[in-house]
Amino acid sequence: MTDLPTTTEPAAIEPEPDTTGPAAEALLGTDTSRFRHDYLEVRGLRVTFGGFVAVRDVDLTVTQGDLRFLIGPNGAGKTTLIDAITGLVGATGSARFGGTELLGRGTHRIARDGVGRTFQTASVFEELTVLQNLDIAAGARRGPSTLLRRRRGTPEAVEQALELVGLGALRDTTAGVLAHGQKQWLEIGMLLVQDAHLMLLDEPVAGMTQAEREATGELLRRIGSQRVVVVVEHDMEFLRSYADSVTVMHQGRVLAEGTVAEVQNDPAVVEVYLGATHTDDEEA
Amino acid sequence: MDILLSQLFAGLSLGSVLLLAALGLALTFGQMGVINMAHGEFMMAGAYTAFVVQGVIGSAGISLLVALPLGFVVGGLLGLLLEATLIHRMYHRPLDTLLVTWGVALVLQQVARDVFGAPNVDVTAPEWLSGAVTIGDVTLPKTRLFILTVAIVCVATLSIALKATPLGRRIRAVVQNRDLAETSGVSSRGTDRLTFFIGSGLAGIAGVALTLLGSIGPTLGTSYIVDAFLVVVAGGIGQIKGTVIAATALGLMQAFFEYSTTASVAKVLVFVVIVAFLQVRPQGLVTVRTRSLV
Amino acid sequence: MTGMTDRLHTLLAPGRTRALAGFALAAVLLFAVAPVLLSPFRLSLLAKFLCLAMVAVGIGLAWGRGGLLTLGQGVYFGLGAYLMAMHLKLADAGPGGVPDFMSLYGTGEVPWWWEPMRSPAATVLLIVLVPAALAGLLGWAVFTRRVRGAYFAILSQALAAAFAILLIGQQQTTGGTNGLNGFRAFFGYDLTDPVNQRMLYLIAAGVLLLMVLVARQLMVSRFGELLVAVRDAEDRVRFLGYNPAAVKTVAYVVAAVMAAVGGALFVPIVGIISPADVGVVPSIGFLVGVAIGGRATLLGPVLGSIAVSWAQTSISEQFPSGWIYFQGALFIVVIAFLPGGLASLVRRRRRRDSAASPPAPELEERPA
Repeated sequence: MTDLPTTTEPAAIEPEPDTTGPAAEALLGTDTSRFRHDYLEVRGLRVTFGGFVAVRDVDLTVTQGDLRFLIGPNGAGKTTLIDAITGLVGATGSARFGGTELLGRGTHRIARDGVGRTFQTASVFEELTVLQNLDIAAGARRGPSTLLRRRRGTPEAVEQALELVGLGALRDTTAGVLAHGQKQWLEIGMLLVQDAHLMLLDEPVAGMTQAEREATGELLRRIGSQRVVVVVEHDMEFLRSYADSVTVMHQGRVLAEGTVAEVQNDPAVVEVYLGATHTDDEEA
Repeated sequence: MDILLSQLFAGLSLGSVLLLAALGLALTFGQMGVINMAHGEFMMAGAYTAFVVQGVIGSAGISLLVALPLGFVVGGLLGLLLEATLIHRMYHRPLDTLLVTWGVALVLQQVARDVFGAPNVDVTAPEWLSGAVTIGDVTLPKTRLFILTVAIVCVATLSIALKATPLGRRIRAVVQNRDLAETSGVSSRGTDRLTFFIGSGLAGIAGVALTLLGSIGPTLGTSYIVDAFLVVVAGGIGQIKGTVIAATALGLMQAFFEYSTTASVAKVLVFVVIVAFLQVRPQGLVTVRTRSLV
Repeated sequence: MTGMTDRLHTLLAPGRTRALAGFALAAVLLFAVAPVLLSPFRLSLLAKFLCLAMVAVGIGLAWGRGGLLTLGQGVYFGLGAYLMAMHLKLADAGPGGVPDFMSLYGTGEVPWWWEPMRSPAATVLLIVLVPAALAGLLGWAVFTRRVRGAYFAILSQALAAAFAILLIGQQQTTGGTNGLNGFRAFFGYDLTDPVNQRMLYLIAAGVLLLMVLVARQLMVSRFGELLVAVRDAEDRVRFLGYNPAAVKTVAYVVAAVMAAVGGALFVPIVGIISPADVGVVPSIGFLVGVAIGGRATLLGPVLGSIAVSWAQTSISEQFPSGWIYFQGALFIVVIAFLPGGLASLVRRRRRRDSAASPPAPELEERPA
């Protein structure tokens, strides 16, 4: 593991996701038989706000092992698409995962069907410790008798996730004082213990250092081999390094889809989007 | 038919009172998400302004016309003071603001009690508002018609001001997206203060108008504040339209329920209707759609 | 291995020993010291404060931990109180009898919804069930539709207003503004007998301690952690597969039941319940003690509530109008400048004292 530059004061140790250890094996798992045929299938999905069509008849298919990146200029409808799939905004059309229609169901029910997401701004429970955050994420199926008792010990999945996202030493730290990158890893850890098989990650490496990005990319690659993962990301460098395939959105529609190379050479993409990526590259 | 008409008028009249009480509240709540519990006491201050003005001027006919703008100023200044001393410190804690302003309300009530005495006092209605207009068998008291008019004038003035003046545009910008407005160079500090001045001033006007309906006392505000809040909740924030519709609807409901049951049962029924309504429209009648999560 | 270490850790955790010690101290004070030191009058006053503190325990849970600013706890307090008062009135009137005020103001007939309260067992059951049902229904209705924050606060306040107005309006069956009073016996025990008054005090003290234990269990349990998570990031909890409405409803119902039990004991101890005890103003009044003590702490609401009740009694005795100013000032100063309550001062001090060895991580209270 490389030494990372210190990013914040409170965290004494700079951990980093460990994607190769035994924990990784246990949590990322080889129990794929249950989910082998899982895939996300979006058909004719449309989201309107008043008169404004934010997402217009989007078709999208993402299979397991295909680390899919979703890119597009601001306002292209990427986040809204994720919002629709996770039940945050109403939509018409269809979004199926593992044979289950997601649209029209409550957000928490969709989550229980194995759909997890992160947010653009890392969204963890700041007043609770890292351990408590993960424990809550692992517990949506707990019954009342478990909930009403004090937490004793650490569930195995939580222990593994702690190690996997490299936050083991910070387990009793309040999440609010974590560095930005650590919060995002914690979020990914929460998705893992939540047992999400469809992961929708909204800008997971925003604000991370180069080394942190690489660690996250490796983690995503490993996660992606066993699960269906969709990453919304602006960072073209990161995309080129880790994307298996790319879907480009523009003004609420899917503009192009394919490998990084295919998309980069697509004239339509070049016209509306890649022209702007030079600045993105410079920023990154 | 006449009963229907008279209930309709009773409802509209009650609605106009609610509207006057809620209009300023909707403005300040919409602007900052701050629930100002002292809003009712600003109304009370307006009412006592009318009382004092009448004592000074004597003539009931003129004093009302003087008291209306003066009530606006008194209410507005109180609001400005509250904003500058307490509320602006507590932006990120809107729920706590509710409790702090409740404390302010308690203090203001007690001040009124100590200054004007606990018993209610009367403000004489002007000559030109005595009597009633009769349409068929229905009599419409002139005082209530006057309040209806005041409410309409306030709504009209406020909506024109919000639409057409630079200040109004600033207010609407901050209501819809505070962060964006700030980054676009709208001074939200100044806008907040002005909004609070206007909103609280409207409470003052409402208080002056209420003196026409009966005697006034230190707890005048408490009796209107809960209903005024319900109007704001049911109407949704961000637009005056929602407040107007909700106030009218609540007034009408109260009047018709009261007619078929009793005043107290009517209150409970109105509450049930509002809870049921929020099942359909949790954000109230009119909402400004935003993308933010919370 | 880790499990054992964890268990050891929890057993020896400073939080736990402190809580046990505090609890033992409170029990000694309430059961041994107070009955000896206080005159019967003061003891009965303290019993009244304990009943009000029960409401505060529930508010601490719902508001401090759950972020539910409930401005209508007077409704549940009142439901418990009125149900108990109805039973006492009926019991005083004897089997098949009619409470005195009904013959005075009303038809002289006992309305059908009073009848269940002839039975002591049914009364006790209903004191728990009715508030729980109302809070469950209202909570579920508004929380599933994501009505929250100020909207919820206003609705709960409107509920209190409607409840008080309803009570006042139905004078023939609720006693109207006068409320219900003049009880002679409590489940067969003469209320004028000092021994029975002392017994009532002891019951109130025991019930309060029990409630504190329940609240503590809820706070340290996984549910308690979840409740804080819902308070701070409701949507995030939803995306983890929980239904936050259920979590909030449970907290709200628990708070309602605690308030109702407090109300039910208030009636025989104080001897009167009227709309003035349950409306908008007293409902918000419950919050000031909770805020002063520290809304998110376990004992803060109890101690704060008792201190405020005591202050109210002694200040009102000397300066009738002074109390209102004082209460208003408390709201302003505590909420605006000390949102963590006095507990945050204690904690800050403790932290300074033990700066060398940082304390085990614990839940911070935070303004909701």
